[in-house]
This record gives sequence, structure tokens and C-alpha cells, in this order.
Amino acid sequence: MSYLHRHPRLRLAALLSAPLLWLVVAYLGALTVLLVSAFWTVNGFTGGVVREFSLANFRTLLTEEVYRAVTLRSLGVAAAVTAICVVLAVPMAFFMAKVASARSRHWLVIAILTPLWASYLVKAYAWRILLANGGPIDTLLGGPGNGPGYGLFATILVLAYLWLPYMILPIYAGLERLPDSLLEASADLGARAGRTLRAVVLPILIPSIFAGSIFTFSLSLGDYIAVQIVGGKTQLIGNLVYANIGAANNLPFAAAIATIPVVIMVIYLVAVRRSGALEEL
Amino acid sequence: MRDSGKTIMAALAAGMLALAGCGGGGDSGGTGSGPGGMPVPKVDKLTALGAGEGAVNVVSWAGYVEDGSTDKSVDWVTPFEKETGCQVNNKVAATSDEMVTLMKTGDYDVVSASGDASLRLIYGGDVAPVNTDLVANYKDIFDGLKNKTWNSVDGVAYGVPHGRGANLLMYRTDTVKPAPTSWGAVFDPNSPYRGKITAYDSPIYIADAALYLMKTQPDLGIKNPYALDDKQFQASVDLLKEQNKMIGEYWSDYTKEVQAFKSGNSVIGTSWQVIANLTKADKTPVEAILPSEGATGWSDTWMISSKAKHPNCGYLWMNHIVSPKANAQVAEWFGEAPANKLSCGETTDKNHCTTFHAEDESYFDQVWYWTTPLARCVDGRTDVTCKDYSAWTQAWTTIKG
Repeated sequence: MSYLHRHPRLRLAALLSAPLLWLVVAYLGALTVLLVSAFWTVNGFTGGVVREFSLANFRTLLTEEVYRAVTLRSLGVAAAVTAICVVLAVPMAFFMAKVASARSRHWLVIAILTPLWASYLVKAYAWRILLANGGPIDTLLGGPGNGPGYGLFATILVLAYLWLPYMILPIYAGLERLPDSLLEASADLGARAGRTLRAVVLPILIPSIFAGSIFTFSLSLGDYIAVQIVGGKTQLIGNLVYANIGAANNLPFAAAIATIPVVIMVIYLVAVRRSGALEEL
Repeated sequence: MRDSGKTIMAALAAGMLALAGCGGGGDSGGTGSGPGGMPVPKVDKLTALGAGEGAVNVVSWAGYVEDGSTDKSVDWVTPFEKETGCQVNNKVAATSDEMVTLMKTGDYDVVSASGDASLRLIYGGDVAPVNTDLVANYKDIFDGLKNKTWNSVDGVAYGVPHGRGANLLMYRTDTVKPAPTSWGAVFDPNSPYRGKITAYDSPIYIADAALYLMKTQPDLGIKNPYALDDKQFQASVDLLKEQNKMIGEYWSDYTKEVQAFKSGNSVIGTSWQVIANLTKADKTPVEAILPSEGATGWSDTWMISSKAKHPNCGYLWMNHIVSPKANAQVAEWFGEAPANKLSCGETTDKNHCTTFHAEDESYFDQVWYWTTPLARCVDGRTDVTCKDYSAWTQAWTTIKG
């Protein structure tokens, strides 16, 4: 150890080599391979990858109507899921951070986290049963067939349920950092609740909401299991990737499809960067 | 920080090199004797059986290789290991493509390939012809399964048949009246069951539409639902796009379908016999029939790797898995028609073979087993190009919209 002690650069290298290796090889390397292989094609018979540069995959993506439709649908689902999560998470997080007692706050955080401990699949299948013909939701709405059934709406509902904790937690963390004294000062200076919310709480809240939205948005864009379970015949980007890898063994085309959410998320991140959301992650 | 840029580049370059080095496409040109003139790689078959090597590496479908770890009462591996001294190392594959990929590594000796993978393995040179004289139980296998297009080339057997099943038309008997007899029930645009129709979620389902068109629109000239030229393919895709408007959901795992029929979200659609049995066991009134047009289906074959490190144990395994007792156990556990004629006397449920039509060749004469669609038409036509499986996959995406 004393050798390391005398060589700070070596010490630093030893400390950082594992994460750097991970970042460069496993993470950036995989991403690069993904991007590169998107330009390859597959031999239709042997299933072997043909390593020759070709724009065929992207041409298919751009010219076939169905890929545009699926992309727009996925974007719509991601936006709707994010919106639902924001509407539910803001009051919830505000209550947790500012209203509840310190003791119950503790339990509330645990309560928000518990769903994350259960398997994603179990939760999705539970929703499948809830939404079934003649199931609990149908009964609540007055009989078989009155509920939403399986489809796009069910997909949004289930995804919003699954990702809600990822929205509550960053907003809660943001609000917790907001000192109560600021709210009191605002009130002392004569601001009403609305004004306080607009001038004091919102500037703190918005970066947190964007931070949470990065989670809900990207998780929704990449999801394919919940859609398969409750989506009826709906297909999203994730399903297309899965179909091309799982069934057709067409890794290059799947890679090309997978660049769509990457591009969308890059655009989204650049857009929300200015709000300071990335510091809230 | 100046160096880190170089490091990243070096690491990326290394990654790319590693990637470029592995695997390999390979051309498939030439004029051989296979379907559409494909040449078959020359691989010698085993001439004589020697002593077991002490182990056998298996790639299989879930449920095919049970050693009692899933369910204590389900075990046909331990007796084999005791008898032959061949330790069974099993790898479950989720898809046919995974099977093909695993077999290309050369680390495995035998595989339970389905018809949509077997030709790729044969023409890829990944599996060897099977010397059926060395498989004692081969003689008791149903003739309807031997030397078929998916497990033999030019009369040379490339595997030992394992079992088979048909993709049936299942319906709720309490809602679907009158009882359907034709696939038309799931393709009729004016179906009263709109929104409650289900279909199998895989590109291979395009063959179901082609089969229907083969019988209802003979002028399209479809002779084999897996060999579709542009016009025939387009007609099948159009039919499925129309059907999509009436589909409630597509199914791919059987628990999902059992639940959908139980709740009534689906009332009619494609199914397997095992799903029909499970649904009935759930007290749901369903019936599964083989419609008048026939049906698509599947048949699995045990094949041996051309690079097998344990060929003798591999042969012993193939012989064991189609032995009357073991084949009966697999067939009952998995829910399929066994390949061995004598298995029917070994099943615990004496009606098993009747339920799964194991001995009914006229039943399976109407079944078109899954086959990989190739650009060189599998029905032997050479004047047209057929749509290959990747085209089927992309079309399936379009169909689902």
C-alpha cells in the first residue's frame, strides 16, 4: 500500500480503471457496435451478418409508412405516460416533502419504493387480469366490456403505473431541498399560495420534473413487455426491435430501429439540458 | 485527459476488430440438389457406435430435457445418465434462431431443431447426416415423420424425429355458434366476433393466411404456404392486414392465450392442442378443431452437430429420447404427439395419443409443418424468387401496423 501511497497517479489509475473500462468497453463500445451494425445487413438464408456498409436498413425505416406510424405512436405513449406521472407525482411529492411529518415521510418513501421490489412481469400480468373482460375494472365500470380492455389505453395506464416511482422520487428530492423558510418568507411578503407556487416552488420543481420525465420517457420508449401483455395488438418501437432480433435474427435491422429512441432521447436531453434537469438526476 | 481520447479510440478499435473476427456470413450460391438448387455441405455420418465419452451437450426446447429439477416426477435424464454414463449438459434455447446460433459455436453435440431451423443447420454445415442404423429406436418412429423435407435432403436423414403438433382453430363453444369448420371464421371481414379474434404472433403466421388462400383462391397458384412469390405473398399480407382490423390481440405465450379465452377477451383463433387442454382444465368451454383447409404445424427433430465432441453419447441420447418410455414422458409433459409408435402404450393418460392424433396419419397429412421460407422457393420452383424469412418478418411488422 505504501507503494501506491507514494504514486498518486498510479493510485488514481487503479481506482478509475474498472469504471473507465466499463464505460469505454461495455457502454460506449456497445453503443458504437450498435451504430455500426445498423449499417450492415443479413444474409437471408444462412442468417449470417454481412459486414458491408449499406444504407438499406435506414432506407426501409424512412420509406416504409409503418415505421413512422410506430415511432409516432411510441412518442405519443411516452408523452402520455410522462404527463400522467407528472400529474400524479407533483401533489404526492409535495405532500411527502412539505406536509407529512418526518416520521410518516420515511414510511411514504418506502411505500413509493415497494412496487419496485416486485417483479415487473408480475405487475404487468396483474394488470392483465385487472383489465380482463369481466375483470375488476369492468365490474367497477358497470359490467363486462365497459372497461378499456387491452390496447393502447391499457398500455399507457400500465406504463404510467410502472414508472410512477421514477417520477415521484426526483420531484420529492427536489422539493425536500426547498427550505420551508422560503415558503414562509414568501407568505410574510404577502404572496398568496398561487404566487408562492409560481415564483418559489415551480423554479425548483421544473428541473425535477424534467429529471423524472427523462426516466419515464426513455423507459416507455424502450418498453416492449408491458405492451405485449396488455397492449392487445398495439406495437411500439420495442416490439419491432424484439421481433427483428428474436424471430428474424436480423440484428442489423434491429440496431437500425434501436437508433430511433437513441436519437429521440438525445434530442430530448439537449432540449431539457437548459432547464437544469441533468443536475437533478 | 489528452491520452484518454486515444485510449477510447484504441478500445473501440479493439472492440470492432473482435466483432469483425467472429461469426461469418458466407455465400449460398451454386447449383446443388437441395431445394431450389442449394448445395449441401459434405459431412460424413458416423459409421459405428463406440463407447460413450462421458458427457453430451444438448440444445433443446424448454420441457424436452427434464432431470427432475423442474418437477420431481418428471425425469428421463437421470435414468439415461445412469445407464450410459453420459452426463447430460442441457442448454434451453428460446427461439429457433438461438438454436442455430448456439449450434454454430460447435460446443454442442445434439439439438432439438424445429422445421424452421433444421434446413438452415443442414445447409450451414452445422449438423451431420444421421446414421439411422445406429439408432435402434428409429425403426419404431411413425413413417409420416421420417425423411421429410425439413429433416432430410436427397433421402439422407439428418435427424431423429421427436414429436409433432398442429396449429388448430380454437373457439368458445358458448359464444361461437354455429361451430366453425373453416379458417374462414378468422378471416371473414364481417365476423360477428370482431375484436375477439386472436392469432399467433409470429411472422410464420403468414403461412396460415397462405394456406387459407391456397384452398380458397386457387388461381393464385400457391402450392406450399412457405414458398410464396411476390404476388402470392402480397395476397397473404393483404388478407392479414384485413384480419388485423378484427384482431383483439396476438398471442405468443400460451398462458396469455389460456387467460384470454377464459375471460372472453378472445373467443376464436389459432391455438395448440396443449393450450386447448389447459383451457378446458380451467373449466372454460372451448373446442379445438383441424379446419377443412388443413393447418400449419410443427415437427421437431433431434440433430447431431457436425463438430460433435461427444458423438457416441449424442447417438445414445438420440436413441434414448425417442425410446418408447422417454418419448411418452416428453410427449405428456410437453403436450404433443410422440414420434415413437410404441410410446402410445407407455403414456400414463391412455387417451394421450388419441387426443394428440399421434397415430392418425390422415390427420397429419393435412398439416403443413413450419419450414424456413427461403429466397429459393422451398416448393422447388426455380422460375421465381420467393420471399425469405427476413421479408416475412418485415411484412409482419407492417401487418400489425
